[in-house]
Amino acid sequence: MHIVVAIKQVPDTTNVRINPETGTLIREGVPAIINPYDVHAIELAVQLKEKYGGKVTVVTMGPPKAAEALSECVEQGADRCVLITDRKFAAADTLATSYVVWRAIDVIQQEEPVDLFIFGMQAIDGDTAQVGPGVATRLGIPLISYAVKVESIDPASHTALIHRKTEQGTEVLQTSLPALLTVLKEIAPERRAPLPYFIHSLEYKPEVWTSEAPYSFDVTQIGIKGSPTIVGKAFTPPPKEAGDVVKIADKGLSGTVSYALERIGHAGVVDFLAAEGKGGK
Amino acid sequence: MSENVKRIWTFIEQEDGIAHPVSWELLGAVQKLSAELEGSVVEAVLLGHNVASIAEEAYHYGAKRVYLIDDPVLEHYRNHPYGTGISKLVEKYKPEIFLVGATILGRDLAGTIATQVKTGLTADCTELAIDPDKKILAATRPTFGGNLMATILCQKQRPQMATVRPRVLPMPEPLPVAEGEIVREELGLKESDVAVKLVGFIPSKEQLLIEYADVIVAGGRGVGGPDGYKVLQALADELGGVVGASRPAIDAGWLPREHQVGQTGKTVRPKLYIAAGISGAVQHRVGMNGSDFILAINTDPNASIFQIADLAIVGDLFQVIPELTAQVKSIKAKRGIKEVNGGSDV
Ligand SMILES: Cc1cc2nc3c(=O)[nH]c(=O)nc-3n(C[C@H](O)[C@H](O)[C@H](O)COP(=O)(O)OP(=O)(O)OC[C@H]3O[C@@H](n4cnc5c(N)ncnc54)[C@H](O)[C@@H]3O)c2cc1C
Ligand SMILES: Nc1ncnc2c1ncn2[C@@H]1O[C@H](COP(=O)(O)O)[C@@H](O)[C@H]1O
Repeated sequence: MHIVVAIKQVPDTTNVRINPETGTLIREGVPAIINPYDVHAIELAVQLKEKYGGKVTVVTMGPPKAAEALSECVEQGADRCVLITDRKFAAADTLATSYVVWRAIDVIQQEEPVDLFIFGMQAIDGDTAQVGPGVATRLGIPLISYAVKVESIDPASHTALIHRKTEQGTEVLQTSLPALLTVLKEIAPERRAPLPYFIHSLEYKPEVWTSEAPYSFDVTQIGIKGSPTIVGKAFTPPPKEAGDVVKIADKGLSGTVSYALERIGHAGVVDFLAAEGKGGK
Repeated sequence: MSENVKRIWTFIEQEDGIAHPVSWELLGAVQKLSAELEGSVVEAVLLGHNVASIAEEAYHYGAKRVYLIDDPVLEHYRNHPYGTGISKLVEKYKPEIFLVGATILGRDLAGTIATQVKTGLTADCTELAIDPDKKILAATRPTFGGNLMATILCQKQRPQMATVRPRVLPMPEPLPVAEGEIVREELGLKESDVAVKLVGFIPSKEQLLIEYADVIVAGGRGVGGPDGYKVLQALADELGGVVGASRPAIDAGWLPREHQVGQTGKTVRPKLYIAAGISGAVQHRVGMNGSDFILAINTDPNASIFQIADLAIVGDLFQVIPELTAQVKSIKAKRGIKEVNGGSDV
C-alpha cells in the first residue's frame, strides 16, 4: 500500500500573543510545530503500513523551515518526504494551496500509484478544514472527512471501511480506494516511535521541489494570483463592557446568591425566576 | 427575472427530513444582507429525498425561491452526490453569495463546492456584512486561535462563499404569511455512480444539543475533576439546563467532547450562561459571548471572564453553586413549580 500524508507546519497558537498597543501578532519566539491533527494522520499511515505493508510519503507546502517538520515525520515512520517551497506559492489561500498540493500529489501518484491519502481535519492556524476536501475534489476521488477509525482495508478489492463522525453519531462508510481521509485525533493515538525509524531519520534528507520541477503549474492558480480571498482588515476583538462584581467577602454567601438570582430574574432569562408579577409563568 | 439579479443563496441542511436550525439563522442574516445589496434576491438550496415540504418552512424565513433536487441517491448526506448536485446549480444560476452552516456536514460540503466552482470560501465566520463601498460580502472570522479577527473579501470570483457556525447568528422570527416557489432540478447521478456507501450507523450514546440549550452551567479546570461536575449538574437540573465545559476539562476526560464550549467546541447562545471555575480565555469566550446573561464565579478577582460577565461573583464555586441550587429549589417550591423543561440530556 502506498499512503500519502499532507501536513502543515503551524505556529503553536497556544503561545500566540497580541501586542496590545499595535493589535498585531507577536510571532517572535512562537515555536513552529506540526499541525496537531497531522501528527495523527502520520501515525495512522505508519500503523497501516506496519499492518498491510507498503510505504508512507509525506508532502508539505511551506517555507524552507518546514523541512524540520518533515524530519519529525521520518522519525515517526515516514519513508519519503517532499517539501514544496517557492516564493511563488506564498500567500496562498485554501484554493491555491489545494491546487499546489494536488499538482505535487499528481506527480507522486504517477511515479507510484497511491491507495490512500490522509489529511488532518484542520490546521490550527486557520481552522479552515478546506484543503483536504479541496484536494479530494481535484483528484476526483471519494472524500471521507472527520474520520475517526479505519475499520479495515481490503487491498485485493481496493475497498475500505471507515468510521466517520457526524453531529448525530458515527457513520460506517464503505469506500473504494484510492480515497482521501481527513482525520480527527482519535484515529490513531500517538506512540513512541520505534528505534529503526529514528535511525532512518538521521540519514534521511527530504526532497525539495520548487515551482520549476518536476511538475507543471497554471501560474494563474498559484500564490496570491490564485487566491480568490484577501484579508480586508485584521483587528483584535473589541472588549465588552464589564458588569458588576460582588464579593462573598462583602455580602455573605446567602446574600450574594440571592442577589445573583434577583439579577437573573430581572434580566428575564429564566421564566420562573422572573420577578413576581413580571411575567413569571 | 433579469440577468443581473444578485442571488443570495442559503444551503438548507436537513437530515431525515428535519431542517437544521442553522439554515434559518443564515436566512435571517441574509435578509439583512439583501437589504444592503441592491438588486438582490433571497433564495435557498435544498437537497434530499422527499423533502419538498421543507421549502414551505424556508419561505417563512424569507426565501422567495427554493432550488430543490429530490432524489433517492440523496437520502443520506454524502459528499460526492451533494457536492456535484449543488455545484451544477451554482454553475447554472450563478449566485452572488452562497452561505452554508459550519456544521460537520456543511464544512464537508462547502470546501468541495468552492473547489469545483473555483471560488473563495471563508470558514466559520462570526459576522457577515456588505462592504458599503465595494458592495461585496465582508466576512469576519476569528483566526490565530481567536486572538485576532480578520475580515475576508472575495473580490472577483463568484459566488462569495462563507460558512457560519450554529448559534453565532440569532434565530429570526418566522414570518406569519409567506410565499415562494420551488424550482426543481435533476441530480444526474445514479446510485452506481457513487463510490461511498453508508453501511452502518452508530448513534451517539448521548444526544446533547448544547448549542440549543436555554441554560448552561459550565465548569472549567476550577471544577477539579469529574465529581465536581455533579455539583454543576444538580444546578443545571434545577434550572432545566445542561452542563458545559472548557477545553482542559474535556481534555482531562471529565466530560465527553460534546460538552465543550469555545472555538474548537460548540458555539452557544443560551439565555443564561453560568461560568464556574473558568478563567475566560479568548478561545472560550468566542464560544459563549453571545449569551444573554453571563454569571461568572471565580476565586480570582482578576479572572478575565469577569470582563464579559453581566454579574461576577468572587468566591469559591463549591460554596456558590450549591447555594444557588438550594435557593433555586426553594424559590420553585414557594412558587409551586415542579418541573422545568429545558435542553437536558435526551
Ligand atoms: C487553538 C486553540 C483552541 C482552543 N479552543 C478552546 C475551546 O474551544 N474551549 C475552551 O474552553 N478552551 C479552548 N482553548 C484553551 C484556552 O486557551 C484555555 O486554555 C482554556 O479555556 C482554559 O480553561 P479553564 O478556564 O477551564 O482553565 P484555567 O485557565 O486554568 O482557569 C481555571 C479557573 O478556575 C478558577 N478556580 C479554581 N478553583 C476555583 C474554585 N474553587 N471556585 C471558583 N473558581 C476557581 C481559577 O481562578 C481560574 O480562573 C483553546 C486553545 C487554543 C490554543
Ligand atoms: N501547506 C500545506 N501543505 C500540505 N498540506 C496542507 C497544507 N495546508 C493544509 N494542509 C493539509 O490540509 C489539512 C487541513 O488544513 P486547513 O484546510 O488549512 O485547515 C491539514 O491538516 C493538512 O493535512
